[in-house]
Amino acid sequence: MKLKGWRELTPGAVILEAGNAVEFKTGSWRAFKPIWKQENCIQCLFCWLFCPDMAVKVKDGKRADFDYEYCKGCGICALECPGKKGKKAIVMVEEGN
Amino acid sequence: MSKVVAATGNEAVANALRQVDPDVCAAYPITPQTELMQRFASFVSDGQVKTETILVESEHSAMSACVGAAAAGGRVVTATSSQGLALMWEILFIASGLRLPIVMPVVNRALSAPINIHGDHSDAMGARDSGWIQLWSENAQEAYDNTIQAFRIAEHMDTRLPVMICLDGFIISHSIERIEYLDDDEVKNFVGEYRQLHPLLNIEHPVSYGPLILTDYYMEYRKAHDEVMTKVPGIVLDVAKDFEKISGRKYSLFDAYRLEDAEVALVILNSAAGTSKDVVDEFRNRGVKAGLLKPRLYRPFPYKEIGEALKHLKAVCVLDRADAFGGSYGPVFIDIAASLYSYKEKPILINKIYGLGGRDYFPEHAALVLNELIEIVKTGEVKTFKEYIGVRQ
Repeated sequence: MKLKGWRELTPGAVILEAGNAVEFKTGSWRAFKPIWKQENCIQCLFCWLFCPDMAVKVKDGKRADFDYEYCKGCGICALECPGKKGKKAIVMVEEGN
Repeated sequence: MSKVVAATGNEAVANALRQVDPDVCAAYPITPQTELMQRFASFVSDGQVKTETILVESEHSAMSACVGAAAAGGRVVTATSSQGLALMWEILFIASGLRLPIVMPVVNRALSAPINIHGDHSDAMGARDSGWIQLWSENAQEAYDNTIQAFRIAEHMDTRLPVMICLDGFIISHSIERIEYLDDDEVKNFVGEYRQLHPLLNIEHPVSYGPLILTDYYMEYRKAHDEVMTKVPGIVLDVAKDFEKISGRKYSLFDAYRLEDAEVALVILNSAAGTSKDVVDEFRNRGVKAGLLKPRLYRPFPYKEIGEALKHLKAVCVLDRADAFGGSYGPVFIDIAASLYSYKEKPILINKIYGLGGRDYFPEHAALVLNELIEIVKTGEVKTFKEYIGVRQ
C-alpha cells in the first residue's frame, strides 16, 4: 500500500470512516491465545460483548469460532466466560505450545 | 456604538467572553486569573450567557474537558496562569495536535519555586512551542480586543488551532484602565456562528479522535502542523483588518513604534512596552533616533517580517521577562536573533532580563538600556551580551 504524503492527511488525525478498525489487524501482538471449548459454551455471548476488538464471531445468533486476526490475546473473554458447571468455555494457552 | 468604561484587564477579558457566549467553559481558579473566571461564572449564574461551565479538580482536567468539549463540537474557552498552565502542559499538545480551536486567556505569572504570584512571562514562554497560537497584549484594551479576534483566528477553516491570549498578571489583570467595549451584537456578528468540522457528537457521521500514529505517519502529521502554522500570520492580519472596521483600532503582527528611521531600539513584550514607549519619546525629543518593537503574534513567530523591520538598525536590546535556563539567552532574544540570522548587515544584539516575579520595570531601566545601545553604536564594543537588570548584586 502506498503511504500518503503530509498534504493528504486529515487535520488532527481524525478518522472519518466509521468501523475502519477492520483494516487494522492486531493478531500478531498475541502472546496468549484463547481456545473455545464448544462443549462448555452456554451461548451467553459475553465473550462477543466484552471483546474490545472483533475477534469473536457470531453466526445466526450463535457463537462461532475466534477470528484470530483481530485477537491480541488480552484474555478478557476467558475471564468473563461463565462456562458450564464450573468449566470454562474459553481458556488461554501460550502461543507456540 | 462602543461604550467607554473603567475596568480591570480581567474584567475586560471576562466581558469579551460574555459577548462571545461560548458553548462550554472548563476552568480552575488560580491567581491572578481567578477574577477573570469568577466574573465569567457570575455571567453564567445570572443567565447572561448560555455557556455550560464544568467544575474540575485541576487545570489538567480543565484542559482535558476543553479538549473533549471542543472535539464534541462546542466553542470552548478556559483561562489560567503560572502553575495552572504548567499543569495543563501535557494536554496543550493534545489540543493543538487534534486541531481544536480552544481560546484561553493566560494571565502571565512567574513559576515556582520560589513561589510567587506576580507577573512575568515564564508560564507562557514554557508553552510557546506547544503548537498553540500566542497573542500578547500590552494593556487591557488589547487583551479585550485580542480575545475577540482570537475566536476568528482559532476557528479559521484553513487552520483550526487553539489560541492563548497573554496579558501581564496584576499589572494588567488587576489595574483599572479606560477601555472601549464594543456592542454585544457587533461582537456576536464579528465572531459569527461556530461550526466544528468533524464533531464527535454528529452521530450521522461517526468519527474517531486520537488514534495511535506510529513511525509510518507521525512525522507527516508534524510536518502538516508546521505547515499550517505558516498560514497563521496571514489570517491574523485579515482578522485584524475586519476588527478595525468595527472598532477603529488597528492591529498587526507586531507594533513597530518609531522604528522606521531608528538607529537603536528595544524589543519588549506586553505591559512594559507601554513604559518603554514613553522613554523612546523622551530620547526622540533629545534627538536620539530610538524606536521599539513589540511582538503581538508571538507564536507562530513572524521571523521574516520582524527581521525586515529590525535589519536596518545599528543596535537592538531584547528585553525578556523570563529567562530560559539553557545557559544562553532569554526566549524572545533567541527568536529575534533567529529572525536576523540570514541578513549580512544586521544590528548588534544584546539581551536584558527584567521584571521577574513582578519586579517593577521603571522608565529609568529603559533609559539605561537605550544609553547603553548608544554607547555600543559609538564604540562598536559590547561589554555583556546578556545581563539581569533591576537586580541587587
